[in-house]
Amino acid sequence: MKIISRWTALFILCIGSITASAQDVMIARSLLAFPEAMSSLQNSIIDHKYTLSRVQRVDIGLKKAGFKTDLYRVVFFGKQEELKWISDTHPELSAYLPLKFAIFAEKDETVVVALNPVLYSEIADEKKLNVIYKRWAEDIKSIMSEFRKSE
Amino acid sequence: MKKIVNILFLLLLIFNNPYAYSNGEDLYNHHCSACHGINGDGGVGIPLSLPTFLDRASDEYLTKTIELGRPGRVMPAFSGIGESGITSIVNYIRSWSKKAAPVYEVSRINGDREAGKKLYLEHCVSCHGKEGSGGKGTGVTFSRSRALSIIAPSLGNEGFLTSASDHMIKDVIKQGRKGTPMMSFANKGLTDKQINNIVSYIRSLEDKKRVSHPDVLPPLLVYESEASIEETLAAIKKAIVGSNFRVIRVQRFDDGYVEKGKGDDKKIIIYFCNFNMLYSALAIDPRVGLFLPCRITLIEKNGKVKLMSINPATMSKKFNNDELLKLCDEMTSLYESIMEEATL
Repeated sequence: MKIISRWTALFILCIGSITASAQDVMIARSLLAFPEAMSSLQNSIIDHKYTLSRVQRVDIGLKKAGFKTDLYRVVFFGKQEELKWISDTHPELSAYLPLKFAIFAEKDETVVVALNPVLYSEIADEKKLNVIYKRWAEDIKSIMSEFRKSE
Repeated sequence: MKKIVNILFLLLLIFNNPYAYSNGEDLYNHHCSACHGINGDGGVGIPLSLPTFLDRASDEYLTKTIELGRPGRVMPAFSGIGESGITSIVNYIRSWSKKAAPVYEVSRINGDREAGKKLYLEHCVSCHGKEGSGGKGTGVTFSRSRALSIIAPSLGNEGFLTSASDHMIKDVIKQGRKGTPMMSFANKGLTDKQINNIVSYIRSLEDKKRVSHPDVLPPLLVYESEASIEETLAAIKKAIVGSNFRVIRVQRFDDGYVEKGKGDDKKIIIYFCNFNMLYSALAIDPRVGLFLPCRITLIEKNGKVKLMSINPATMSKKFNNDELLKLCDEMTSLYESIMEEATL
């Protein structure tokens, strides 16, 4: 009986973990001001073995168009071999790639957001891809955790 | 066997539970601080540490708010954290206040709804919106000045109405919330009976059903072109400009990942923007930078060109923000019309 209840508890915990981790939009805050937080984010992306391909300066475009805005950037990153393989074999996923973070200033602090790559299984749901989505999601979580703790 | 189960159980408890944080502060920092600020001074979310917020918010209100969220108003439901986790967070938030948590009667207030509606339209609608739809926008970055630390809550939201008791709503109307635009309506001359009427009207909003977006939408918009990738790109540019948008960048899909000049010419991304639309979208929700500016991806394979974009209407559902729905529906129509025109 004891064993059965342990198994039940295990099962409930597993299910709980899966449900709880299903965040669609991931978000984290750093106490650092934007320039330092941006630098910390970029270093963390590189530390996680990704290539940082481009930073889109959304705030610059908005300011040029006459809008008042805080600092707002989009950081694109990925792994060349993965992007090539996926765009060759599953071109439909290309619309959502490379991976990205949106990062913006909030007063003296900085907020970063990312889409959970596990959601891409709604577009292409295959064993090999699901392993990649999960790894991306774990890496993004880890990058965000470092971002949260950055000093 | 028993030993293995015990070990597995312990390991799972320690390592596999994403909510295995040691205390309320850790849980708060992990789940709440990004929106509400590390010290609870607000941001995308409301300033929880504001004394006049905590002085009038019961623990039950905070608990249910965390558990149920605010459907369609950004704040997600955190039911997965579990009862003890939520209690830890509530205790941590409560630790910011020197006063004890208020406790309200759970009984309903029986006022005159119709009279309350008239008073609501006179005193409350300018901030809280028609039928308690709430203030517009979120986030100090784009839609709020820093001096205005709060957006008027959606009083008709099912998450709010389930979380707040009638007596708590009455107390807030009577006392107001110093440090926010919410004034004391007792000081403004409303009687106890009039406030009861307003509370009854607000409670009656429970009967209004939220309009929900269709659940099954394709995550992608895909079109095919018989023309070459170069010709298709030229046609897309023309359609973009014809829709009053500006092409801001054309690049290969792998630019930045391969040596300059060695990118794949058969995989192209085109970015385009209408800055008015971008600014409006960011004012509604600063997180939309995840799918803006607009973008179409072209891939040529076996002599056929595929044009692909995300489906903004599908994306908007991930953000739990009803204000985004209309804008994203418009964006979906725009993408469709541009890709349709380019593939004619």
